[in-house]
Amino acid sequence: MSLSSILEPAKSSVRRKAADPAAASSSLLPKPSLPAQRLLGPALVLALWYVASGAGWISPAKMPGPEAVLASLGELIADGTLAGDVVASLHRAGLGLGIGILSGFTLAVAAGLTRLGDALIDGLVQIKRSIPNLALIPLFIIWLGIDETMKIAIIALGTMVPIYINTHAGLRGIDRRYVELGQTVGLSHWRFLRHIVFPASLPGFFTGLRLAVTHAWTALVVVETINATSGIGFMITQARIYGQTEIVLVGLLLYGALGFSSDAFVRALERRTLSWRQSLAQ
Amino acid sequence: MASVARAVIPAQEDAAFRIRGLSRSFDGRTILAGIDLDIARGEFVALLGRSGSGKSTILRAAAGLDAGVAGAGSIEVPERRSVLFQDSRLLPWASVIDNVVLGSFAADARERARIALREVGLAGHEDKWPKALSGGEQQRVALARALVRAPELILADEPFSALDALTRLRVQRLLLQLFERHGPAVLFVTHDVEEALRLAGRIVILAEGRIVYDRPTTGVRESATRFEAARLEILERLGVSAD
Repeated sequence: MSLSSILEPAKSSVRRKAADPAAASSSLLPKPSLPAQRLLGPALVLALWYVASGAGWISPAKMPGPEAVLASLGELIADGTLAGDVVASLHRAGLGLGIGILSGFTLAVAAGLTRLGDALIDGLVQIKRSIPNLALIPLFIIWLGIDETMKIAIIALGTMVPIYINTHAGLRGIDRRYVELGQTVGLSHWRFLRHIVFPASLPGFFTGLRLAVTHAWTALVVVETINATSGIGFMITQARIYGQTEIVLVGLLLYGALGFSSDAFVRALERRTLSWRQSLAQ
Repeated sequence: MASVARAVIPAQEDAAFRIRGLSRSFDGRTILAGIDLDIARGEFVALLGRSGSGKSTILRAAAGLDAGVAGAGSIEVPERRSVLFQDSRLLPWASVIDNVVLGSFAADARERARIALREVGLAGHEDKWPKALSGGEQQRVALARALVRAPELILADEPFSALDALTRLRVQRLLLQLFERHGPAVLFVTHDVEEALRLAGRIVILAEGRIVYDRPTTGVRESATRFEAARLEILERLGVSAD
């Protein structure tokens, strides 16, 4: 056996090894997304549902087919009740979320940037955080009654917490190096906040915002089953009483559509605002 | 805890940097043992020393970045001064031009920033994100941010040490051009002897908290033999034997 034939296999295996890391690192990244690829899963479920109910495999009383649901959606749109209920729900969720964002952000800034604020606020919010928001409903009913105020207060309080926690973490976690830079270019306190502190805390704020939006819809579903006379939750409760399964499904689909589109909106806003970050998902 | 007296050098004075009896210690270990150092206006001084010799300590003290550190002595620096860090320290969420503007408080800051970016060869990159630039380009943006303040003194803390060798040579040449055009005083901390010899008009070596060498580099860049001789001498002072 010649020396070269002994060496040859070893050489080629070395070459293969050298080529491997590049191949491995490219396959570590997820493949680039196709247009509207996220719709594939839902479309598949819809198709299954259509086939199963058309073939009579499921009882229409328990689970009406897509056509029945669509028909009842059409009716609800035509007689105007749906618009009223959706507006009422959007109003509640929007107002609660708005108050939650504003108060969460304000408290985070106060606690994140001042010692007094930190001493007064942070402990309280951490305690609030460990009490499930929906467990506060009985107390809020006693305090605020069973009207709109209670519903909006529950949504606001629940959305405030994730906004606060994530914005606060963003404000506190600022890189010391940027603080030094601010010192050496002689930034005033205000310019330091505007150019360094707030932009640095934005990613945290957006994380909080996405959690808050999700929470707003969850809280809405619960509060709308309590003494509501309008809203999607009210519509679902009524339909359950009268056994109108297709209307229950219309309500669920609406919750899903609203939740999905509001999350998509926040994500788009985040991408636009934080376009300086190039993340894996882009 | 003794503290350091800080004062501003007025523009009509000959010196652009003056420290007297500067001493510093951490945990009972002496970092600086009473340093006196003057830098004239328009003078480029390279400060060399081994790791832990206290060269960055001097620079950070002059930049005002060591609040609360125990020490004694006095520091006088001009009002208009810029700091170049080892990293470019650009704000990732601000465009290139906004990063440069951060250094200026003039009413026409944006126009000045444009001019500064042109000077460092980055005209047309104003609206990019810092992340979209190479390491050398990022450090040039940092140079523009320092320039836009029209500094009387530039404090540089190993600003090119993270760059690859070729990029480093290019940025060094750029820094020299800008220095010759604008004429600020420069205190340039580095551990690279050749870099110091290429750039500075005077070399100061720090060892165990004292200045052990302080000489101009007159004529060194004119001949290869003198450059090599100076390099070997400085290396020896730094405790690296020539062979």
